[in-house]
Amino acid sequence: MANFFSDNKDLQYHLSHPLMKRIIELKERNFADAALYDYAPQDADDALDSYHRVLDIVGEVCGEVLAPNAEGIDHEGPRVVNDHVEYASGTVRNLEALNAAGLGGMTLPRRFDGLNMPVTCFAMANEMVARADAGFENIWGLQDCAETINEFATEEIKAKFLPRVSAGETCAMDLTEPDAGSDLGAVMLKATWDEEAGVWRLNGCKRFITNGDGDISLVLARTEEGTKDARGLSMLIYDKRDGGVKVRRIENKLGIKGSPTCELVFNNAPAVLVGDRKMGLIKYVMSLMNAARLGIAAQSTGLCEAAYREALKYAAEREQFGKAINEFAAVREMLKNMEAKTLASRAMLYETARFVDIYKQLTHISHDRSLEAEERQEMKFYNRLADGFTPLAKMFASEYANEVAYDSIQIHGGSGYMKDYACERLYRDARIMNIYEGTTQLQVVAAINHVTKGTYLEQMLRYEQEPRTEATAAMGAQLQELRKVYEQVVERVETLDKECNGYKELHSRRLVEIAGYIIISHLMVRQATEVEGDYLNPAKIFVKYAAKKIAEAASYINASETSDVELFG
Amino acid sequence: MEKVTKIVVMAKQVPDTRNVGKDAMTAEGTVNRAALAAIFNPEDLNALEMALQMKDTLGNATVHVLTMGPQRAADIIREAMFRGADGGYLLSGKEFAGSDTLATSYALSCALRKINPDIIVAGRQAIDGDTAQVGPQVAEKLDLPQVTYAEELVAINDREITIKRRLERGSEVVVAPLPAVITVNASAKECRPRNAKRVMKFKYALATSELAAADDKRRAFIDERSCLHIVEFAAADVDPDPTQLGLSGSPTKVKKIENVVFQAKEAKTLTADDKDIEALMQELIASHTLG
Repeated sequence: MANFFSDNKDLQYHLSHPLMKRIIELKERNFADAALYDYAPQDADDALDSYHRVLDIVGEVCGEVLAPNAEGIDHEGPRVVNDHVEYASGTVRNLEALNAAGLGGMTLPRRFDGLNMPVTCFAMANEMVARADAGFENIWGLQDCAETINEFATEEIKAKFLPRVSAGETCAMDLTEPDAGSDLGAVMLKATWDEEAGVWRLNGCKRFITNGDGDISLVLARTEEGTKDARGLSMLIYDKRDGGVKVRRIENKLGIKGSPTCELVFNNAPAVLVGDRKMGLIKYVMSLMNAARLGIAAQSTGLCEAAYREALKYAAEREQFGKAINEFAAVREMLKNMEAKTLASRAMLYETARFVDIYKQLTHISHDRSLEAEERQEMKFYNRLADGFTPLAKMFASEYANEVAYDSIQIHGGSGYMKDYACERLYRDARIMNIYEGTTQLQVVAAINHVTKGTYLEQMLRYEQEPRTEATAAMGAQLQELRKVYEQVVERVETLDKECNGYKELHSRRLVEIAGYIIISHLMVRQATEVEGDYLNPAKIFVKYAAKKIAEAASYINASETSDVELFG
Repeated sequence: MEKVTKIVVMAKQVPDTRNVGKDAMTAEGTVNRAALAAIFNPEDLNALEMALQMKDTLGNATVHVLTMGPQRAADIIREAMFRGADGGYLLSGKEFAGSDTLATSYALSCALRKINPDIIVAGRQAIDGDTAQVGPQVAEKLDLPQVTYAEELVAINDREITIKRRLERGSEVVVAPLPAVITVNASAKECRPRNAKRVMKFKYALATSELAAADDKRRAFIDERSCLHIVEFAAADVDPDPTQLGLSGSPTKVKKIENVVFQAKEAKTLTADDKDIEALMQELIASHTLG
């Protein structure tokens, strides 16, 4: 029996992180639900045990159902039939299995039939689903749209839609349009208030909408007539049961072929407003996007895991020159680097997810009662870290997914270029990950503020205070030196940017990457400190790799004059 | 009040013989249970799924698992509850040790007389013995109609059941009056997965003897929730004739066990010549390897 949870010790390690205790405390609020729901935990150990058990179910469904269906789905793909999406047959079977396992509404409160699990656990589920089938993960992972409804909609709207998500209905977020991709402020889909029917009416077109024919769609639309920017946009919910939206076409993509990417036509489609008018992009999409970015980090990590395992297996089986190719140094080094990148993506993903959990949960609590001063501070602290870490997690994991998938094909040699092995599908699937939900270049835009504001530096200094063992002390010291390099280049860039506008923008990716390498290295060193056997070598390998990348970026910056702004201008 | 149809699934915890390693057998030629994971017999899972489908169709029905075995066999009852069963019965005691299929079906039929179900479902056979005898023997002992090799539940109401059977060269659809015994093939629908909420709800379910060994806190917790209590029958609870139980009730005697090792014979080299291939085809057809 294949089980993607029980076969992955690294996931189990992250589930046992000390911060989980605080997360459970916040999530379960004195375990009050135990008196109301027969599946609610009695105490923290009980909750953690339930997380393990539920993730074990996810792991089994992924290993036994989703992974075997992936190739068929990639070939078959979805179709448009009578203006609606018909999923590939494997996709239908996947959804049936996950719904039978009751895995809808993983993070939703029990009063909406949810499992009330932390975002960290949902990210783990997403990672496993993506390892089995990255394209399918898009459909299933969109249940995190429900989090946005749960955070901002009225109780009445929540009661209407959230139990349906828990029952397994799928979601979509309808944001982009032909002329509004990265620049969502340009969205033009029109929403007009229908006084008679007491609903909003949507008219216009959306493009590149993942699972666009989902049951429940969050739609970004222009409610304020005559406006042209972000301030005229609101967030609405369209219910497929009401009708009014046609799927005009499904895009023919390079990868994630099981995930229907739709062009939608709204024709007087009824919709209800979420939260306040005009806050659609400014507030709600930002929340939605942060969750979605964490989702892509999870998807990317799952893809790394799949691509690494494919390569590992092939390298052990394939013989050349009378021995398995994994006995050749060149192949071994690639495999070790792939492993380190996979562990690194995962370390960053769950560190971020834990930060998100704490601040999100405190936010929910603040809706019910006023927070104590200490709690308010805690919320602010983790909110800032979550905002800083989310773009890093998304950026690094999605770039690594591409690199690991690339190397996976390389290890397969000529066979990897053929359609006979899974690595070619993984390579195609990976390619979108550093593009959608904000390209890597846009993650840099989000992250550079935290370089300037010192979020990353402060966190590096905190990591430096963590205990080290004899085996990890040297790496700890090396990271302090690298942090000084980071401080030096940041200072140089800040200074020269004052002389020459655009200098910081030119180097922002390099600065963000240096910060990311140091932070992820700290996480790897922490793991190696806690569980030496499994993590010491990958940590050493990653720190070496990070040091090389940092040296390269720093030497580029230090050799770069302000005239470079014009050179690349 | 409308009648509640009581469905019982007979299931067995078996050593996982599907992935046998070199430690699978002891030097004496018996199964080394310590080296093999104890699992839910695969065809019993198909049976559980069919029973749950019966419940889904009828609405007003319950599904319970009956298993005979040591205390740890309660694991498969919990597993069944995670997948949709309402509860279970563990038939356990040293009197049952050494049972062959006759003694097993006798013990199970005694328990079933106590439970008095409307439908009994079981997997066709268990992967440790591969006899396929227990289901039919139970039907005979209880004097019930039996439908073997069931592949699909076609229809069911509270009086009769329609089943598609998988036969060697085709299939047939039969109707049986209830109560009846149904044995289910591996070709039937796979069992639904464990359900998250059910796992969280039933994870602390314990059989009577397990409960006795649990700490006070756990015991108090389970005492408050009857759904977490797995019924446990000792031999005396099912009013058996003691001589028909266990070793004394088992006419099967194992005379000798041999380890059979298949040894590869001499290899043969063929050319790509049509004649050589033709000759090989003839040989394979003659030996019934092909065709």
